[in-house]
Amino acid sequence: MSLLAKGILKGMAVTAKNFFQSYYRKERLPTVQYPEEKSTITPFTRNFPFLLYDGDDAVDGMRCTACTLCERACPPQCIYIIKDKDEKGKPILRPRIFDIDTSVCMSCQLCVEVCPYEAIRMDSAFELSNENRFEGLLINRGDLLKSNDYYHALNPVEARETDDRIAAKNALAEAKKKARQKKTRLAAAKAKRPPSRLKKSPPAREKPPQPEKSE
Amino acid sequence: MSPVQTMPPRGYHLSKDELGADILEVAMGPHHPSTHGVFRMDLKLDGETVVDLKPVFGYLHRNHEKIAEDISYPMSMPFTDRLDYLCGMTNNWAYALSAEKLIEIEVPERAEYLRVIVGELTRLVNHCLLIGFFINDLGALGTPLLYALREREKILDLFEVLSGARMMVNYIRFGGVRCDLPEGWLGECQRIVDAFPAFLDEYETLLTENEIIIARAQNVGVVTREEAIDFSLTGPMLRASGVNYDIRKVDRYGIYDRFDFKIPIGGHGDCYDRFMVRMLEMRESVKILKQAIRDLPDGNIMGKAPKIFRPAPGEAYGRIEAPKGELGFYLISDGTPIPYRFKVRPPSFVNLTALRHMCLGHKVADAVIILGSIDIVLGEVDR
Ligand code: SF4
Ligand code: SF4
Repeated sequence: MSLLAKGILKGMAVTAKNFFQSYYRKERLPTVQYPEEKSTITPFTRNFPFLLYDGDDAVDGMRCTACTLCERACPPQCIYIIKDKDEKGKPILRPRIFDIDTSVCMSCQLCVEVCPYEAIRMDSAFELSNENRFEGLLINRGDLLKSNDYYHALNPVEARETDDRIAAKNALAEAKKKARQKKTRLAAAKAKRPPSRLKKSPPAREKPPQPEKSE
Repeated sequence: MSPVQTMPPRGYHLSKDELGADILEVAMGPHHPSTHGVFRMDLKLDGETVVDLKPVFGYLHRNHEKIAEDISYPMSMPFTDRLDYLCGMTNNWAYALSAEKLIEIEVPERAEYLRVIVGELTRLVNHCLLIGFFINDLGALGTPLLYALREREKILDLFEVLSGARMMVNYIRFGGVRCDLPEGWLGECQRIVDAFPAFLDEYETLLTENEIIIARAQNVGVVTREEAIDFSLTGPMLRASGVNYDIRKVDRYGIYDRFDFKIPIGGHGDCYDRFMVRMLEMRESVKILKQAIRDLPDGNIMGKAPKIFRPAPGEAYGRIEAPKGELGFYLISDGTPIPYRFKVRPPSFVNLTALRHMCLGHKVADAVIILGSIDIVLGEVDR
């Protein structure tokens, strides 16, 4: 019987130690009184995706170009995109409809990884309960669009990296554009030169006499 | 008497003889707290003793393999998190390993180290939780389990900072890992790993000498060495029966040949040994983690993975030592971006097949412990 008591008593001592420590040791007090008090969540937490826009106007500044890469990469197929058109029926590079069914979304972040335009990011908002389980959980374009400032508040590190990447990409595109313009200008100049040389050639022919004059 | 009157009522399937022999059929589960999920055991009891047992599962079947055969290779990665939902990282790793075999991608050094770090952290998470629930099944309700959960929570917080989610991590990619460590992560990880042995010491004083646990777990659910091999058990279940077989040592996949660690082996193959093997494995994991954190090199985290994953026709089987045993993915490619066959070899499903053998002749209360010592997660058993 004394043997029986020994191991159990040792265990009880551990329990007692933990019990008393739970009143004063800070790392033993992890409980947060939820609705009144909110625990801080890390900015890297991912929940559901949202769309980003630049500037003030959500629709004009939309980064998404409706390329549907994310729609195709989404494992449970919960993204639905329809491209926009102007009045004449010409396609515009932005989605008219962009829906994400958050009751299906599995928060996997694959859409974020495939997007080439840095247009879609993961949100970490978590109080998302809704009374309507069909329309309420199907989030449409208007509710998905969030400003870049929102992203900066959400995850400053990643947002800054994204901005840098976009700036670098824009600079590269600008440089390329300039190079292309230069090239086309050169090409145009080249294309123009032959006739100009023909025109200029008579004076060139006249040139030789000039040195003679100078001599 | 007319025949109608002697007909038994509907669903009444025990004959008078059987009742006389005191055989009682009990369906334990699918909603039973000690089956850890939706799992049913059809027990035939003679008094308190189990004379027959039939495991019934499939309640959580989600068609994982068939879904994977309809979508491209990378798209299956988040689904593997949901197999054994306690060990998302190792599931990711096993799948990435088989895909990398299929298309031969070189994984950079740093990514390999990161995989080892997250994989061993996952082992700590799993074993912590398992031992907590095992003690819970033994009757120590709550308190020891919550100590284990408290430690697990710290590691899950690490995972959340790293990958964005606590359990559905989706972190490992073909050819590397998704993102590099955020600032300060490694220091925090080091702190938790350094503090872990203290927790293990405390937990051991709480449990290993406890007379009740010894009385309840020793010589219960014995699997001999030969039987364990015949049942093709893997993982701690196999090693508790005295077979020295750990895929980290056998295959030396990844960079496991660089670390100095031992494989704990049991001598009796009973529930107590399974519990102790896991306890010791956690200490070895801590050792590996310390070495990996110390040696973590700089460099790339992604190898040269093709943009569109379209392997040549062929097949590959990649396996790792997941916390529960051998987790393997068998892929057959027919040259399209979608796998022709996608097969999972889940460790807990195979280990579960030994349940009947282990439970026969024991009491009902022991069946619960034996089931707990197998360490099943129904997400993986049913897929
Ligand atoms: S997070 Fe995953 S499931 Fe959700 S919309 Fe993006 S790709 Fe689809
Ligand atoms: S969010 Fe990105 S990937 Fe998806 S349609 Fe828009 S631009 Fe394409």
